[in-house]
Amino acid sequence: MLKIENLQASVADKPILKGLSLTINAGEIHAIMGPNGAGKSTLGYTLGGRPGYEVTGGTATLDGTDLFELEPHERAAAGLFLGFQYPVEIPGVSFVQFLRESANAQRKARGEAPLSGGEFLKLAKEKAGLLRMDMDMLKRPVNVGFSGGEKKRAEMVQMGILDPKIAILDETDSGLDIDALRICGEGINAIMRKPDKAVLLITHYQRLLDYVKPDFVHVLAGGRIVKSGGPELALELEEHGYEAVAA
Amino acid sequence: MSALPTRRQEAFRYADLAALEALWPLPVQEIRVAAGEQGASAVVLDGANDAAQDIAITLGDGAEYDLRLLNAGSAYGRILVKVTLGKGAKFHLGAAQIAGGEQTAEIVTEVVHAEPDAVSSQIVRSVLGGKATGTYLGRVVVARGAIGTDGEQSIRAMLLDRTATANARPELEIYADDVKCAHGCAVGELDQQSLFYLAQRGLPPADAKKLMLHAFIAEAFVGAAEEEALTEAALNALDAVL
Repeated sequence: MLKIENLQASVADKPILKGLSLTINAGEIHAIMGPNGAGKSTLGYTLGGRPGYEVTGGTATLDGTDLFELEPHERAAAGLFLGFQYPVEIPGVSFVQFLRESANAQRKARGEAPLSGGEFLKLAKEKAGLLRMDMDMLKRPVNVGFSGGEKKRAEMVQMGILDPKIAILDETDSGLDIDALRICGEGINAIMRKPDKAVLLITHYQRLLDYVKPDFVHVLAGGRIVKSGGPELALELEEHGYEAVAA
Repeated sequence: MSALPTRRQEAFRYADLAALEALWPLPVQEIRVAAGEQGASAVVLDGANDAAQDIAITLGDGAEYDLRLLNAGSAYGRILVKVTLGKGAKFHLGAAQIAGGEQTAEIVTEVVHAEPDAVSSQIVRSVLGGKATGTYLGRVVVARGAIGTDGEQSIRAMLLDRTATANARPELEIYADDVKCAHGCAVGELDQQSLFYLAQRGLPPADAKKLMLHAFIAEAFVGAAEEEALTEAALNALDAVL
């Protein structure tokens, strides 16, 4: 589904990703772990197309489509969802308003019929319920006044509504208390653990992986994947640290 | 003040004097609100012709007034508001200026807290594109003895193009102790992080920009009696300059 080959990317002319390769097939959940500054968030932003993240070499394709030929909104319509480590607050714009516009913009780009107001609200309510989020919160301005945990749950609700093929979740577990961690983990499973979908979890810690069991775990260090393995690799990292395991 | 002003006068520093000459002298619209009474009005300049308005509001003790301004569309649009507040009076201004092309839009306010315990708040939102100029000059004067004054100005301008100009000058003149006056002023462009966030969810850039600008402008009309009509008129004006 997602095929990354020898990806090199720079931020402000500083090379961060230095030849990263990774293939994620439909139905798989992958976790990327690594120390601070390894390039984990850069990977997510580069795939999402954030301005300032410059691809200097390599390729990334989503079901054969060259991601780097697409604008960020076109990548979203192609089925790529990026869960933000720090979701942005946007005063004055409500979640329901912007999500309905976003969902319908994606549907239009894919040649599908738009959702009516009623259809959208039904869908939003269902996904909010999965994340135990009150619908009233989705009527509020995007992330404004939300706690760290609420922001992350709202990211997962958005993922549920937008129904992507692949979700790249950047430290979804940071800032979550134990209950919110479990709710987010269950949400990810309910929404994304399907034969035609895939997930790339970017995380520092094993704890999210207790809820969302990865099929593959990779260690990112110095802008490359230096080690790959099964779920046991995450436990090994937790026990011995990145330096010992990746050396 | 029958003679045409010059740019040396602070309130006319950025004015289009040639346009103003054709409109001069401006009749002053006087609004007086008696003690304890309330009033509200909205001024909309959205015609294509040059327009200038001069409004003087006097609020008696405990009186309240809610003024909303939409300054959009005119080649030259100027609104001058002078407000004098009595003891414990309340004044709220919510204003939006939208200009594109070669348009010049300006709002000039002078709010005088003449007596103690009056409250004034001003929210001004400008969106400027093309080679347009948008100006806000706002003076809050707290007279001697006007203790317990609460004066607030929130002034923000958004530039759609690097060729547009925003002048924003909130000003405080305080002659009393024990007053609370605050002003915030920012001129900027749309937040790139927010735009990327919206794009990542699938919104094309033009739609994302529009959504954010709508929210920005709508702040000026929150709570107005004619909130919906004013917001709609502002959004139509905005779509015309995008």
